[in-house]
Amino acid sequence: MSIAMKRSNNRVDRRLGQIFSLLSAGAALLLMLIVLFLLNESWPFLASFWHEGHWLDLFQSQGWYPLEGRFGMTPMILASIAVTLGAMLLALPLGLANAIYLEFYASPVTARGFRLLLNLLAGVPSVVFGLWGLTRLVPLITQWQPPGASLLAAILVLTLMILPTIALTSASALASVPKDLLAGSMALGMRRKTQILHIMLPAARSGIASGALLATARALGETMAVLMVAGNVVQLPSGLFEPVRVLTANIALEMAYAMGDHRASLFASGLLLTLLVWLLSWVAHRVNSQSQRLAHHG
Amino acid sequence: MADRLFAWLMLGCAVLVVASLLWVLSDVLIEGFAHFSWSFLITEPVDAGRSGGIGPILISTLWILLIALAAALPLGLGVAIWLSEFAPRNSRFAVHTGITLDILAGVPSIVYGLFGNAFFSIYLGMGFSLLSGGLTLACMILPIFVRTCESGLRAVSDDWRKGALALGMTRSSAIWHILLPAARPAIVAGMVLGIGRATAETAALLFTSGYVDRMPESLLDSGRALAVHIYDLSMNVTGGDGAAYASALVLVVLIISLNTLAQSLVDNWFKRRLVVS
Amino acid sequence: MNQQNANPYTLGEIEQGTPCCVPQPLLQVRDLAVSYGEKTVLSQVSLDIYKGCITALIGPSGCGKTSFLTTLNRLTDQQAHAQVSGQILFDGQDLLRDPIDTLRLRRRIGMIFQRPNPFPLSIWRNLELPLKEHGVQDRRVRAQKIEQALRDVGLWNEISDRLDSSALALSGGQQQRLCIARALVLEPEILLMDEPCSALDPISSGVVEELILRLRGRYTVIIVTHNLAQARRVANYAGFFWMTERVGKLIEFGQCRHLFESPGHELTAAYISGARG
Repeated sequence: MSIAMKRSNNRVDRRLGQIFSLLSAGAALLLMLIVLFLLNESWPFLASFWHEGHWLDLFQSQGWYPLEGRFGMTPMILASIAVTLGAMLLALPLGLANAIYLEFYASPVTARGFRLLLNLLAGVPSVVFGLWGLTRLVPLITQWQPPGASLLAAILVLTLMILPTIALTSASALASVPKDLLAGSMALGMRRKTQILHIMLPAARSGIASGALLATARALGETMAVLMVAGNVVQLPSGLFEPVRVLTANIALEMAYAMGDHRASLFASGLLLTLLVWLLSWVAHRVNSQSQRLAHHG
Repeated sequence: MADRLFAWLMLGCAVLVVASLLWVLSDVLIEGFAHFSWSFLITEPVDAGRSGGIGPILISTLWILLIALAAALPLGLGVAIWLSEFAPRNSRFAVHTGITLDILAGVPSIVYGLFGNAFFSIYLGMGFSLLSGGLTLACMILPIFVRTCESGLRAVSDDWRKGALALGMTRSSAIWHILLPAARPAIVAGMVLGIGRATAETAALLFTSGYVDRMPESLLDSGRALAVHIYDLSMNVTGGDGAAYASALVLVVLIISLNTLAQSLVDNWFKRRLVVS
Repeated sequence: MNQQNANPYTLGEIEQGTPCCVPQPLLQVRDLAVSYGEKTVLSQVSLDIYKGCITALIGPSGCGKTSFLTTLNRLTDQQAHAQVSGQILFDGQDLLRDPIDTLRLRRRIGMIFQRPNPFPLSIWRNLELPLKEHGVQDRRVRAQKIEQALRDVGLWNEISDRLDSSALALSGGQQQRLCIARALVLEPEILLMDEPCSALDPISSGVVEELILRLRGRYTVIIVTHNLAQARRVANYAGFFWMTERVGKLIEFGQCRHLFESPGHELTAAYISGARG
């Protein structure tokens, strides 16, 4: 029997239920407020572009000169995407390898230590990663290819930041694969590598995928670490060693003095970021529920 | 042969990751300790933070955190209880609240900063203050706290709900005496996540609680959070790296000890009513 | 079907060893039907429960026996879309229509579930909580009642030295007896038992069964069981449920001995001889 509240003739219960539902309504309202305020603040900007038919200008590379009323976000959008993709390209295979090592190769003691380290690092503030990147990584890259603060630095720092998350979520996805699957493949005399790559990984793919998508969202939304090491020059990302400015960093850098349309354009870029993240979490949700459906039918 | 190679490859990746993570950690520890002293914790910053300490900044950080937790924890727990215990089954409102919470959990912190600036600082007239910074952080940690507590409450066995009802207990006391204590691990986890995020946050505070590194005189005063201090020292102050590393060390230690504190507080509070061997 | 049910209330001679069985209906159920949404799970159930007697309800799984039990203490209220029609007379009140304080009702009609569900509290708190909940403020009175209940279920001698340890550390059989004690401590008039032994090992099951026998006379017990031998051993009255056209119905109700030795319906005869179900 499942229990759900239908009605109660106890006064305390009813009162409590009312209070809690009010709280929930408040929370839901608060969430709507966030979207509302973002829309409201960016409205002058969006509306003027809509009316004047410059809608697409936003994404065409006429450059970002906010003080002259030119708001081409393309370089920053592309930089955001490049940094995120680069970090995922590095972090996903590495994180997966770590998860496999944790689940199938490490001794219990090693695994516990490794896990502890990953958990610790997952909790380290992004500003600390940024500080480290700025004072250690950037000088290293400068020696090799000046100016140092660059797309590459941003990618490396972000990789370090999201690696623990990917490794830990993938490890728990692998751990939740039924053990009889492994026993079955062992009975068939498969090699360990084959077992892992062709049986365990596919079986855990939905958990891994949704973890990876969440990490992508985090990388896309990360501000401080990228802001501190990427160099922040508004330009199309043309090489690994070129400085770039991402959307989030742009907001952080210019909010302090932005007025009028400029301020509205920053809120608009905030909305854009939110939309991208929504898209990612929606895909993650779909991936998860789809694989659950498959598991039910298969 | 391929098997052996694969094993070595996995080990190699692990070593690489561990080495780089240790590199970061050891840098923070070594550089941090080099500039750290006990007086660093209590003195005012001098010369834009190049020397002196972080006393006022630590106080501001704790105030912001306190405000955020004071606003988010009761509200979040209430919402979680409503979602898992009171919401009618298949209630559209509950489903939509849940979805909205999930989406908001992923919204970048800088966007919360934008919202906090527009709503708390300007619309509600709180200006750049500890209060508007703390409330912004409360909005930021609310979704994840609610979702963790809710899933913890849902995981509590229905047998206990049935048992409590069959004994003629009110739903309220079943929640208070049995369900909440049983969901304790999830509540602690939610708190730890929230504390970690709120303490580490920089971007959402830049335009809500501000940069001022004086000792705050009231909650409506601007105050600089530790994470913002680290950012400012490393980006805007040449020669501030030592102080920045020491602040980073303090921040990491602060997060770890706050988590431990939260864990033991909640444990003690519930243990009086719950005995689980 | 109605023909069989029309007059099932004739009482034969009182069985030996059951001096308690006074032919005085404590609970009268008339034409009870239960449905969840579109799905009707139980219909046309009419029977009397006699004070101080044990009534066993037998029949295959899924024919509405548990739903029947939960209508008696109004636990069905908690289920979304549950609809109950008919009449349940208890103490001059219609439980389904009159304004009933369900909390007080559940104090008077206790329930034991299939899986033992002691709360994750200490043994003592498990029994104290319902007492406090029902306003027993005096600590000494509570202690007295708790000891009495534990003695009644034969747990006192086994666990009186570790009343402060977790109830979850007890064995399955002890847990179930603790649950019975938890119901008894409220001094209910009726005890509903939903397959109380089916999750236990044979020895614990035997102990619990013996306990149920000892309750006869002092309490009115309605027990759902799949174990026909057990029903035969403990019950004074028995009712046989069967699914016809996907709806659970009461096929036959009467004295336990009659029902088992000379069943009045071919379905009953087939079921108790093990031919069907």
